[in-house]
Amino acid sequence: MATEIDSLEQVSDQGMLTVGPFQLNSRLIVGSGRYENATVMKECLELSGAQCITVAVRRERLHDADGENLLDFIDSEKYILLPNTAGCYSAADAVRVAKMGREILRALGNPGADWVKLECLGDSKTLLPDPVATLEATERLVADGFHVLCYTSDDPVTARRLKAAGAAAVMPAGSPIGSGQGILNPNNIRIILEYLKDEDPDYPVIVDAGVGTASDVAQAMELGVDGVLLNTAIAHARDPHRMAQAMKSATYAGRQAFLAGRIPKRLYASASSPEEGVIATHPYPRGK
Amino acid sequence: MARLEILRLDNNAKETDLVVHVNGKPIDVAAETTLDQLLLQLEITTRHVAVELNLEIVPFENHAKCELHDGDKLEVVTLVGGG
Repeated sequence: MATEIDSLEQVSDQGMLTVGPFQLNSRLIVGSGRYENATVMKECLELSGAQCITVAVRRERLHDADGENLLDFIDSEKYILLPNTAGCYSAADAVRVAKMGREILRALGNPGADWVKLECLGDSKTLLPDPVATLEATERLVADGFHVLCYTSDDPVTARRLKAAGAAAVMPAGSPIGSGQGILNPNNIRIILEYLKDEDPDYPVIVDAGVGTASDVAQAMELGVDGVLLNTAIAHARDPHRMAQAMKSATYAGRQAFLAGRIPKRLYASASSPEEGVIATHPYPRGK
Repeated sequence: MARLEILRLDNNAKETDLVVHVNGKPIDVAAETTLDQLLLQLEITTRHVAVELNLEIVPFENHAKCELHDGDKLEVVTLVGGG
């Protein structure tokens, strides 16, 4: 099923997603977690069209029998890896994990060594971020030369503080991680976009987390965010391969719709066909 | 001092003098073991790891010259799937 969006010209007519020094030709960033197996993951990453893949940092299992490594399935020549600090509940831990991720990617020669998706969680049930710890970790990582992509809630004030602290991108959650609830408060996303892009229209805002299906991605993109980061929505779909394609199309369609500009919503209908020359009688007087 | 000498003799003068902690597990290593030797001992041959020694990253270029000491705490991490 070759679609027109497979052509690079069409993707590039939307411009690249720029985050700090990084330029991505896809506005969709996908995670590598929760797949049934590594082969399905590899295929879905490919089908999503994403150029940037998030990865997590975990303890090496000592004397692991199978000896398989994630990097056996992700071509680090092809993708820019984005290490996260998932599972960290303090600034100190997040900074530690970010440095470990940087060392692994540096040894690999992957350009993603200098950036990090910062997650500083505040609560294990909602996986909502701790805004104070996130801000502190952002400051420390920026001082250490990282380009920090901050996972945060959809609170516009926190978003503004993170940008002021030097975040390379602010990434509000549409809804809790892995919840599939979509964009719960589009008005907050709108306000974040207004605040962060004021006199800085190219500042990247990326919806990270909560996406459940393609329409959620399209909605986020139509609001004017620069990109969407998702994982579970593909990995746990009944047919992950098909959903990866759907997310790719939705990202493109949503961005196109944003650039095209939607019509205003109105209470009453507005006929698409001319009213003159209608061969019909009108049951009510005009205007009633 | 004398007692210590005797103990060592009893122990067949084995040079498993150090205990280091790797990812929370105690590991016996010979004296003067370097970090790259420890990774070999643990059968970690991939370059896809980062090693933190007492909370400081040891760049992979320095693994061969990084000598371990008794009680060292190491974290050896790699990349896994994540969102």
